[in-house]
Amino acid sequence: MIRFVLALCLSLSALSARAVTIDEVTSPGGISAWLVQAHEIPFVSLEISIRGGANLDEPGKRGAVNLMMALLEEGSGDMDARTFQEARESLAASYAFQTYDDTVSISASFLNENQDQAVDLLRQAVVTPRFDPDAIERVRAQVVANIQSEAQDPGSIAGDAFYAAAFAGHPYGSSLNGTLESVAALTRDDLLSAHANTLTRDRIYVGAVGDITPEQLGILLDHLLGDLPATGPALPDRVEFGLTGGVTVIDYPTPQSIALFGHSGIKRDAPDFFAAYILNHIFGGSGFDSRLMQEVREKRGLTYGIGTYLVPKDLSEMVLGSVASGNDTMAEAIGVIQDQWAQIATNGVTQEELDRAKTYITGEYPLRFDGNSEIASILVGMQMIDLPTDYVINRNDYINAVTLADINRVAAYLFKPDALHFTVVGQPEGLTTTP
Amino acid sequence: MFRNAIVAAAFTIPATLAHAEIVTTHTLDNGMQIVVVEDHRAPVVVHMIWYRTGSADEPPAVSGVAHFLEHLMFKATDTMDAGEFSTVVAANGGSDNAFTSFDYTAYYQRVASDRLELMMQMESDRMNNLALTAEDIETERQVILEERSERVDTDPSAIAREQMLAAQYMNHRYGTPVIGWQHEMEALDQGPVRDFYDLYYSPNNAILVVAGDVNPDEVILLANSHYGVLPAEEGLPERVRPMEPPQLAERRIVYTDERVSQPYVTRTYLAPERNAGDQKEAAALTYLSEILGGSSFTSVLGTKLTFDTQVALFTGAGYDGISLDKTTFSVTVAPAEGVTLQAAEDAMDAAIDQFMQDGIDPVQLERIRSQLRASEIYAKDNVEGLAQQYGAALSSGLTVQDVKDWPATLQAVTAEDIMLVAAKVLDRKQSVTMWVTANDEDP
Repeated sequence: MIRFVLALCLSLSALSARAVTIDEVTSPGGISAWLVQAHEIPFVSLEISIRGGANLDEPGKRGAVNLMMALLEEGSGDMDARTFQEARESLAASYAFQTYDDTVSISASFLNENQDQAVDLLRQAVVTPRFDPDAIERVRAQVVANIQSEAQDPGSIAGDAFYAAAFAGHPYGSSLNGTLESVAALTRDDLLSAHANTLTRDRIYVGAVGDITPEQLGILLDHLLGDLPATGPALPDRVEFGLTGGVTVIDYPTPQSIALFGHSGIKRDAPDFFAAYILNHIFGGSGFDSRLMQEVREKRGLTYGIGTYLVPKDLSEMVLGSVASGNDTMAEAIGVIQDQWAQIATNGVTQEELDRAKTYITGEYPLRFDGNSEIASILVGMQMIDLPTDYVINRNDYINAVTLADINRVAAYLFKPDALHFTVVGQPEGLTTTP
Repeated sequence: MFRNAIVAAAFTIPATLAHAEIVTTHTLDNGMQIVVVEDHRAPVVVHMIWYRTGSADEPPAVSGVAHFLEHLMFKATDTMDAGEFSTVVAANGGSDNAFTSFDYTAYYQRVASDRLELMMQMESDRMNNLALTAEDIETERQVILEERSERVDTDPSAIAREQMLAAQYMNHRYGTPVIGWQHEMEALDQGPVRDFYDLYYSPNNAILVVAGDVNPDEVILLANSHYGVLPAEEGLPERVRPMEPPQLAERRIVYTDERVSQPYVTRTYLAPERNAGDQKEAAALTYLSEILGGSSFTSVLGTKLTFDTQVALFTGAGYDGISLDKTTFSVTVAPAEGVTLQAAEDAMDAAIDQFMQDGIDPVQLERIRSQLRASEIYAKDNVEGLAQQYGAALSSGLTVQDVKDWPATLQAVTAEDIMLVAAKVLDRKQSVTMWVTANDEDP
């Protein structure tokens, strides 16, 4: 019995890049998914996210989830790594398995002409991975190389130091790759535990786009995911951003310094989130109009690029930014950023800036729906933050409803010049670590 | 987030093209070529201008001027303020960017399709009316120097790539980085920028590519009223660059940088590119690259160096046939812990020699063939990618027909074609081998 529902068939065609109609599907086995049918091109893109991710690394096993996910394509069922990849390549299907702090994800695209085989093979990778000893060692060596490379990369050095200070004692405080020591110590049993803990059905989110019907998708999902464990362990607790205002300089021999900066942020489900989103766009968002791009790059030529971001993670939230500048100009760049931070907190933005930002943000939104896998990712992202399907229709109204008073009220508490911490990697002239 | 991307040696584009797409071509009276790719699934359009001029067309001693000019194209014109171009695009909900390569410079906007005319109006304006003020040049020079620091000087593998190309091309301008050598960038001023702009930014040196939800006849009419009124550049030179002499001696370089965490050996061989009406060798090289180093699990180097033996951490091969002049075919091996670069290079050579004796695994060949065929289906989902393929090809000496023929040319490649081109290209006398390492003692 197929229990798919078409309760909400909402069309975004009025304003969207594509006539995006979202079907809410529930499989016979009870897995829910959002589907956008697109029958013009004979393939399907599938995006699956499972909440938990590297946050579920057990104590002393940092890097286990990441290594486990990387091994899913390295042998499963009765196939070793090479046999598996030969089978995948013959089908011209693509699979990607990724690890993030809060989630793991499975992304796939496959042709209609061999969809059943492509899904069988994907199921095999997800449900019955082998974790062969030779594969473990091969991928472990790749992870180790990444850890070593990041230890030499100024941007990664800055990130590691910043997060370690901001989230000490929490998974967010260390790289999901793990450390050289923790990765070296991981065993096959650790990977099996990580697999059982992470790939579970109780917090799974599915988006599908392409040449497939709701009935077909329901059957596909039960086959693909139905044999995963029903539940997983509890997620870690929330953590508050723990860095205070100031500067940390990490000496590194490079002609150009890089800085990561930020402080605590705003929750994704906060009523003020839309105002904060617009505010960040005006201040340091994408494009050349942002205040920081104007002040730091266009007027002063101090950088090639600068940006700020709202980072609402599951268990904490930040306002973050990054900039690269010559060792002789980084101090000046930081001074400009601090000034701008104080200015927007005190004076807010102008009506003209707000109007311009709204036009961009509302105009840009439909352009995101520009490919099967892009739309599938959007569908998953919406479900993960509990948005309804009609969000795609109403989202621009939410943006347009934000007033100048809202924005400036939010600016006064979101931007905290005294709390702003800069972690600088390089040999910046005239900058030292503050006490 | 950054605009003004430098497109390095390999501008990666899906290997094949959905040639079933509806493509219309036209040439305006002033010589401007137009390609329209229709995709009516969404009311969106990509508007691109490709100039048949890149860094390899620069005069001596002003390296980076093509890319510098690309940045300055976002500054003031006679009627628009600096930065206004992007502001207007953004105010219309669109995004815009630009990129410079050895063989082309391109500008694009992605907007709702009913804004196409506005894009044409602004793009045609800056084709002819750029102000190039001294103040804009001063500030923006700092930006490109910061860009060079960020892209190259802070990244040992990017420095190594520059050194590698400089060693590979003795006479051709592909040996000079697109972003420019720092000392020449520091000296760039109004004169060379103005000269470059005046000569090359003309309709008869440009290709207009419009892709998306548009009617081709309307596009041509609009183009005629905005671009058609611009004068052709009578003095536009033939694209004749200093050519490489035959390479007679193998070249070897070692780049040492303490920031290198993972050493590797890479080799480039001079290789033929796709030529108008003659793409067969390039198609065979596309397969050869996949066979030797495409999949880390099933390619020759991957299999022999990471599965049969544990010499390498990773292996790869690279070839991009879209190039006006001679391109390169590359192979790379990053040794596993405890393996020297010499041992890695020896294993790489042994694997290639063995491949030359054994020939091609027919099952592997068919796997690659079906993936290339499938990529045509996947490519239809990305109209911007299609537009890029046309722009890059047409500004690199190819024709619309060549682009349309490419998928069939790929499907027709035989094992014999591949072995013939492999024997011709994989000759160490016409190669450069580079070791990249953290210290002079081989690890």
